[in-house]
Amino acid sequence: MPPRKPTSPSASHPASAVKTPQTTTRATQPKTTSRTSTTTPSIKNAQDAQQIALGVWNNYLNHTPQRVKLIDFFMAFLILVGVLQFAYCVLAGNYPFNAFLSGFSATVGQFVLTASLRIQTNPENKREFEKISHERAFADFVFGSMILHFFCVNFIN
Amino acid sequence: MAVADTASSVPGADFFLKGESGRNTRGLLRLIILCTIAAAAIAARLFSVIRFESIIHEFDPWFNFRATKYLVANGFYKFWDWFDDRTWHPLGRVTGGTLYPGLMVTSGAIYHLLRFLTLPVDIRNICVLLAPAFSGLTAFATYLLTAEMSDSPSAGLLAAAFMGIAPGYISRSVAGSYDNEAIAIFLLVFTFYLWIKAVKVGSIMWGGLCALFYGYMVSAWGGYVFITNLLPLHAFVLICMGRFSPRLYVSYTTWYALGTLASMQIPFVGFLPVRSSDHMAALGVFGLVQLVGIAEWIRPQLKSQQFQTLLLTSVLVIFLVAFGGLVLLTVSGVIAPWSGRFYSLWDTGYAKIHIPIIASVSEHQPTAWPAFFFDLNMLIWLFPAGVYMCFRNLKDEQVFIVIYAVLASYFAGVMVRLMLTLTPIVCVAAAMALSQILDTFLVAKQPTEPSSAQSNGSAKGPSDSKDKLSSIIPESLRSTKSPLVGIYSYLSKSLITGAITCYLLLFVLHCTWVTSNAYSSPSVVLASRMPDGSQHIIDDYREAYYWLRQNTEPTAKVMSWWDYGYQIGGMADRPTLVDNNTWNNTHIATVGKAMSSREELSYPIMKQHEVDYVLVVFGGLLGYSGDDINKFLWMVRIAEGIWPDEVKERDFFTARGEYRVDDEATPTMRNSLMYKMSYYNYNTLFPAGQATDRVRGSKLPAAGPELSTLEEAFTSENWIIRIYKVKDYDNLGRTHQDATSFEKGNKRKKAGKRRGARVLRVD
Repeated sequence: MPPRKPTSPSASHPASAVKTPQTTTRATQPKTTSRTSTTTPSIKNAQDAQQIALGVWNNYLNHTPQRVKLIDFFMAFLILVGVLQFAYCVLAGNYPFNAFLSGFSATVGQFVLTASLRIQTNPENKREFEKISHERAFADFVFGSMILHFFCVNFIN
Repeated sequence: MAVADTASSVPGADFFLKGESGRNTRGLLRLIILCTIAAAAIAARLFSVIRFESIIHEFDPWFNFRATKYLVANGFYKFWDWFDDRTWHPLGRVTGGTLYPGLMVTSGAIYHLLRFLTLPVDIRNICVLLAPAFSGLTAFATYLLTAEMSDSPSAGLLAAAFMGIAPGYISRSVAGSYDNEAIAIFLLVFTFYLWIKAVKVGSIMWGGLCALFYGYMVSAWGGYVFITNLLPLHAFVLICMGRFSPRLYVSYTTWYALGTLASMQIPFVGFLPVRSSDHMAALGVFGLVQLVGIAEWIRPQLKSQQFQTLLLTSVLVIFLVAFGGLVLLTVSGVIAPWSGRFYSLWDTGYAKIHIPIIASVSEHQPTAWPAFFFDLNMLIWLFPAGVYMCFRNLKDEQVFIVIYAVLASYFAGVMVRLMLTLTPIVCVAAAMALSQILDTFLVAKQPTEPSSAQSNGSAKGPSDSKDKLSSIIPESLRSTKSPLVGIYSYLSKSLITGAITCYLLLFVLHCTWVTSNAYSSPSVVLASRMPDGSQHIIDDYREAYYWLRQNTEPTAKVMSWWDYGYQIGGMADRPTLVDNNTWNNTHIATVGKAMSSREELSYPIMKQHEVDYVLVVFGGLLGYSGDDINKFLWMVRIAEGIWPDEVKERDFFTARGEYRVDDEATPTMRNSLMYKMSYYNYNTLFPAGQATDRVRGSKLPAAGPELSTLEEAFTSENWIIRIYKVKDYDNLGRTHQDATSFEKGNKRKKAGKRRGARVLRVD
């Protein structure tokens, strides 16, 4: 799995990963509030909603650390693969159902595990996960992925 | 336990109880107590082995034992795709795909481990003693689970002690009861422990471990559906309470993604987790958790009240749409509806009307009140108190206890058998309540009284000087001090503690008594008392099965009612037509029809199925009430479900609606094969006209029934088991009825030259 590689540096240097986003989020907090407060009173029409989405997107691009973006890219890739598999299943039928299930649940499971890693390494959630360091989160992620892939390979026959 | 607390309150032993060495002492004590509990749990289950012998007890364990022997003899891969041609005779059974292999694989692994350690133990002994060994582990798992729930140091140990000896669990795990529940309860409790741990810590590792043990549980017991529905319900309730947290997301999604894949590895389960309604709650909550997770992620980025409501409504709408889609899929048949066994838990009248085979099992009846007290004694009244205490300090894990308690109480009320899943939570909740009491009343430490010593209920009267002192201090200052609320009198403390100790001792007494008297009797041998008090053992079952094993062809097919299928396969080692795994209702109905029809009808049925021997259980001589005549109506009902116009239940009752076997029995009853086989030659035991049936308590007709298509092959010492051999076709091509009447010479005397109406011969 190539996309797993870029995630590893994110966890291997947790100290830097912790510091940078914390400062940035603190700094940008007022900015986002001001933007949304101007738009929210009238989100009845589609243009404002579009503006909000655009605002969220810009906010995301500006204030997400590089490693988290890599994780997100991997998650987007997994969604794409899952959607493709599902579309193929709808188009071509599900004859080897176990093969479809194992492929599809591999993407779903990997997505979920990656999301969990993203949540655990997110500095905003530091209060929730006091006992889990970033290295521990990554090792857990590897452990979960190993189990997942063992079961998938076993199930695909 | 109480021991630990009293020890920690002895004043002179400060060195052992404070600081670093104190922690070590407590750890050592805890270890010793846990080992003692495990030993007690094992010892309490050995009554039947010591009294009788090391033997497998009930009906179902005989199949598990047979499968385990096959696994040990042939290896894992052959066991995995084992086609068993010695059951369900014409059909056979794909055993590898129709059983939960966890139990057999566990004992097989233990067998090979002991071999490896050069302790060659017979596989039968491993199977007999597996349940006691795992009950020790269950006590340990209960300790872990309760220690996660409660801050009190004694709650876990109390719960472990309760779980070790509670009769509700012992009933299904005595030595010799080699059933799936033997290891399933341990796995159930341990999976819950891992789940609680995962929710608390929020780590992928605990979630993954929870999923692994969930997979093990799936491989061991069909009751895994309980976990599959309980964990999503817990997550759902947490979300509804507004307690969604990233920890919940991590633990739930990890458990679901890995656990579902793990459960699908078992061939018997297969695609059920995505196809059946029993598992849809887990899938739905999985989707919901994703939605809520996304919403929670977006929320801090948009600081607007309106947008939050928009998000909330969109989550609600998507949830409803998904729910509607689920209902639609179920209605259209893509997702299988609730299976009958689970559906009958909700609609309690369903099984009795539609599936008589489920209703016919005695374990599937509603529970009576005394059963709760019998199985759980004092725990049952501490249980609500423990659940109430969970409300007082409601955290994520306490919510789990409340949900589990409510659900399991309902299920245990519907079905006797599900008392088993109620027992762990009763032990946990009762231990939490009791440890709260002990923590309050067992602490001998007096608080250092502040100057204003008007503390309530204090035994020592406040001295005058202190009174004066308190009057000097202004009121405002006094109110800021924390008031001394509590019980500090030694008298009340010792009274309450003494009462609790008495209850605990009585509980142990009750558990031992119940285990010894009610749950430790093997059903294979029947024990009775002689007039002088000595024990008399009736061993007719094994006598008859070993007769079959030694005096018949190895391929001789035996027809009996399905209750005895596993035992015949296990002990007599002969192919059977039906057995306790009731997967083919029509085949069972065929046997029921053959048993309840006249000989002329049942003989072709038996010949079509290549039956060589027919076995019936008859308790009329001994007063053994679980015999086939008493089960006969279920045979009739099950057969009537398939052939309503050939077998009619009404025909077996007298005109007044009575079920009788004496002179007034209906002709259908007296001509049925079951009646004839049960009472054949029975009146020869008695003086003429005095044959009585001691179960039904009725006099039998003077002339016994006559059999023409069967001949008696074996009858055991106390007439409990009777085996008949099916005659071959008549050599001259007559019917058997004609042949017997010819032998007796009582026909054709004055038939003369009259010719019957015959048809032309067709070549």
